[in-house]
Amino acid sequence: MPEKLSRDEVLKIAKLARLRLEEEEIDGLRTDLNNILNYIDKLSELDTSDIEPTSHALDLVNVFREDMAKRGLSEDEVFRNAPESEFSHFKVPRVIE
Amino acid sequence: MDLLTLNINETLELLESKKISAYELNKFYLDRIQKFDIQLDSFLALNENALNEAKLIDEKRMKGENLPKYAGIPIALKDNIITKDLYTTCSSKILENFNPPYDSTVSNLLKENGFIILGKVNMDEFAMGSSTETSYYKKTKNPWDLERVPGGSSGGAAVCVAAGLAPISLGSDTGGSIRQPAALCGVCGFKPTYGLVSRYGLVAFASSLDQIGPFSRDIEDSAHLLNVVGKYDCKDSTSIKIEEKDYTKDINNDIRGKKIGIPKEYFEGGIDSDVLKCVSDAIDFYKSQGAEIVEVSMPHTEYAIAVYYIIATAEASSNLARYDGVRYTFRSEADNLIDMYELTRSKGFGKEVKRRIMLGTYVLSAGYYDAYYLKAQKVRSLIKKDFISAFEKVDVLLAPTVPNTAFKFGEKINDPVSMYLSDIFTISLNLFGGCGVSIPCGFDGKGLPIGFQLLGNYFEEEKVINFAKIYQNNTDWHKRLPENFKK
Repeated sequence: MPEKLSRDEVLKIAKLARLRLEEEEIDGLRTDLNNILNYIDKLSELDTSDIEPTSHALDLVNVFREDMAKRGLSEDEVFRNAPESEFSHFKVPRVIE
Repeated sequence: MDLLTLNINETLELLESKKISAYELNKFYLDRIQKFDIQLDSFLALNENALNEAKLIDEKRMKGENLPKYAGIPIALKDNIITKDLYTTCSSKILENFNPPYDSTVSNLLKENGFIILGKVNMDEFAMGSSTETSYYKKTKNPWDLERVPGGSSGGAAVCVAAGLAPISLGSDTGGSIRQPAALCGVCGFKPTYGLVSRYGLVAFASSLDQIGPFSRDIEDSAHLLNVVGKYDCKDSTSIKIEEKDYTKDINNDIRGKKIGIPKEYFEGGIDSDVLKCVSDAIDFYKSQGAEIVEVSMPHTEYAIAVYYIIATAEASSNLARYDGVRYTFRSEADNLIDMYELTRSKGFGKEVKRRIMLGTYVLSAGYYDAYYLKAQKVRSLIKKDFISAFEKVDVLLAPTVPNTAFKFGEKINDPVSMYLSDIFTISLNLFGGCGVSIPCGFDGKGLPIGFQLLGNYFEEEKVINFAKIYQNNTDWHKRLPENFKK
């Protein structure tokens, strides 16, 4: 089976996905992804040049609702699961030096 | 009186005639959970307020107050359905101790209709898996053989009904996650038409495929649940406005002359002989009832899994981007924001979730979008066309739900492609968007349950229910309980 993804490519995808892989995860993941991609390749057997893509099972057009103000969650409710919050904000590590 | 054998109608009669109280009914199931879940590991969280809610219903009933139709009926929910003040973890470490400040639309509808939520049940992490082995918390066991998987991803929701720890439950089906565990556990599992049940408050995996649906023993109980949750919801932009129906009506209609399509591609190779035998018996049953059996061809079936794994992982990689350590419970400490994102996600997500996020990110990345994602969407059109042509000729389709019976723990977990293949017969329906149910139809030589599925066109739930009901009226597979969980 041809290898579709090199080690560097696996690391690049991880970076795009905001995942940091442990050294021992990389090879296994690379093997799995290559096997899955080889399996997926069977789609190339089909000529789809004249076929429209389906982005949705049912044909939905835009959905609108009345622009009405409604009560949302309270501040306490919004922050109750936050790992860290302060002064009605989610707190994260410093971004600007 | 054996509560385990009663359907919702029969249970409601007992409640209304005060032969049993809502308290006693809910206590019965909570006691069974207490007694049996040590072996099964199906529940992740219990609603500690359940008995108080039941008492309140009893008091109102004693006073003769008006009660909602299903007042007091217990139900379990898959742990990706958001429930106010009841932990919802999606079986992931990244949502450990997540205590939602709001209810999903289905939880709201259940509460309004008087149901009592017993608790939340185990699943594959973020609904990604076919065995409930990818849960961060525990592995749910198949009650027919504790060494085997219950199927997935709604494994807990299937097991709690199969072992009589809850009379009914709700799960979610993205590529077969309701029907596959229903078949492996010997219960009935229904995937409604995409858009019939609101996804507001269902933790998103693959938004164009996910759909919430019921588990029950008796198909009629699933019909009751569809009546409750099958409602248009303006909070979900993919919810469809259709005329509200009573799915419990017209379920005993004669099926003489009705056409059942047998998709020949679903019967080719790799199917266990016991499965094939039981499904053939079901076909013979329908013949004996006067239904016409028509062979149909759905030539793009063999591409469904490849299409699914591109579309589902692409959507998942985008949906799961929200878990960055900022808003929800779990965070890995770090000195800067990017490190915090990366460490949180790497430590918070399990192996299968990471695998799918990686695949989804790759198929959507610059240079590969046309080759993978666009190609998959085009083949999705071909699969959809197969179904549309088939339903021009027949009322419903009949096929095995799963090629084999329940496999042992660990057997497939390290081989993703072989694990993905266990959904080979269920996935196409999600890509099409129609409705389908898996119904128990026998056992293999090892005593493991087998199911067949009936698939229907968009919003033809009542047709599928009618066919399923006729089968259950004449068989008792759905009434059988695993030996060790009968008493």
